[in-house]
Amino acid sequence: MEKELKVAALRNGTVIDHIPADKLFQVVSILQLKNTNYPITIGNNLESKHIGTKGIIKIADRILSEDETGKIALVAPNATINIIGEYKVIEKRPLVPADEVHDLVYCANPVCITNHQPVPTNFYVLKDNGHVKLKCRYCEREFLREEIKLKKK
Amino acid sequence: MHKSLVSITDYSKQEILSILESARDFEVNPNRKTLDGKVIATLFFEPSTRTRLSFETAVVRLGGSIIGFSDAATSSSSKGETLNDTIHMVSCYADAIVMRHPLEGAARYAAEVSPVPIINAGDGANQHPSQTLLDLYSILKTQGTLENLTICLVGDLKYGRTVHSLIQAMSHFNPSFKFIAPDELRLPDEYRVFCRRNGIPFTEASELNDNFNDADILYMTRVQKERFLDQIEYERVKNVYTLGNDMLSGSKPNLKSLHPLPRVNEISMDVDKNEKAYYFQQAQNGLYVRQAIVSKVLELID
Repeated sequence: MEKELKVAALRNGTVIDHIPADKLFQVVSILQLKNTNYPITIGNNLESKHIGTKGIIKIADRILSEDETGKIALVAPNATINIIGEYKVIEKRPLVPADEVHDLVYCANPVCITNHQPVPTNFYVLKDNGHVKLKCRYCEREFLREEIKLKKK
Repeated sequence: MHKSLVSITDYSKQEILSILESARDFEVNPNRKTLDGKVIATLFFEPSTRTRLSFETAVVRLGGSIIGFSDAATSSSSKGETLNDTIHMVSCYADAIVMRHPLEGAARYAAEVSPVPIINAGDGANQHPSQTLLDLYSILKTQGTLENLTICLVGDLKYGRTVHSLIQAMSHFNPSFKFIAPDELRLPDEYRVFCRRNGIPFTEASELNDNFNDADILYMTRVQKERFLDQIEYERVKNVYTLGNDMLSGSKPNLKSLHPLPRVNEISMDVDKNEKAYYFQQAQNGLYVRQAIVSKVLELID
């Protein structure tokens, strides 16, 4: 009951729940919600039994693409994504990291060409023993998910 | 789509072997006119006299012409031109571009935007594939095969790009590795993972001594002073990692010692006369390998 008071129910759209509180605004940035005209509800620092404090995002009338969920998987791999139709969950979207990410994050190598010239970044996503790593297409360095910084859009 | 050479991983085992085969052919007769009428640009955004002269000699001996610059200070990039624009401008004049750049990934980017083939002559600490191919050619020439060899890599295994590329390239040929480096300059984890994943056996040590007695190739690299925070530690390491002639006495008869040059202290001068020293011939082999590379990217050979 208390939950429903905090965040209004959604008729149609997407709910992204269990986002770690410190990752919420990264997800907001990935989805470029700053520029959206869809009704959105964003909550953060909400109590969570599983992860301490969490963030939640509800976007009305919009269903996320797999490309978008693939990007979210990079920063919040344990979030849950539910697609809502007529107040019911009609799809639980698995968070599978994208195979490649285009111009989403900076390369963490300070002497990579992408940090010095107007070159969009490109990373291959490598899955290695449960660790997700990003490999820069240009400088060929590999980085852990925790080392990467999102580009500001 | 033209075929650039950016990274040694761009070439399959078959392509590596065919480059080495045509290098052997160029060694028999390095003076030809196969590049007659071709213009090759050498764009050196940072100086590297050795590599530039090797590429330019390779082209000139095949009858081609050279344009370019040997230092970014004399080029338009010092006026703030982007690499994209420089490459497009030069590709109006040249049939292929040999490029050295201090930034990592510059060669991959250039290859993506260039209408003509790019040959990477070194992009920062990342890749330097013509060096790797000449290393392979030297190994093949001295051992008669690339298969089943024990290769001992010594010195700066952390930052040394020649070492990393050699590990990747040799992975096609069932090698065993011995990695000998001071703790500060140990091989990065990702290459140990690479070896394990490819079933390549390796051992590690932190002292040189005679730890290479079962090796077929002793690959020495330069230990650079700048890499050490503690200069006392550098002095210690520098002396421990110097190969002296007497240290070679227990090594295998077929052992050859390679070094990408320039050497500073890593190999003492008394080794030069030993028949196991191969680093100067190795540099000469670079000429034939680069003739093969230029010919391949211009599709003059398969």
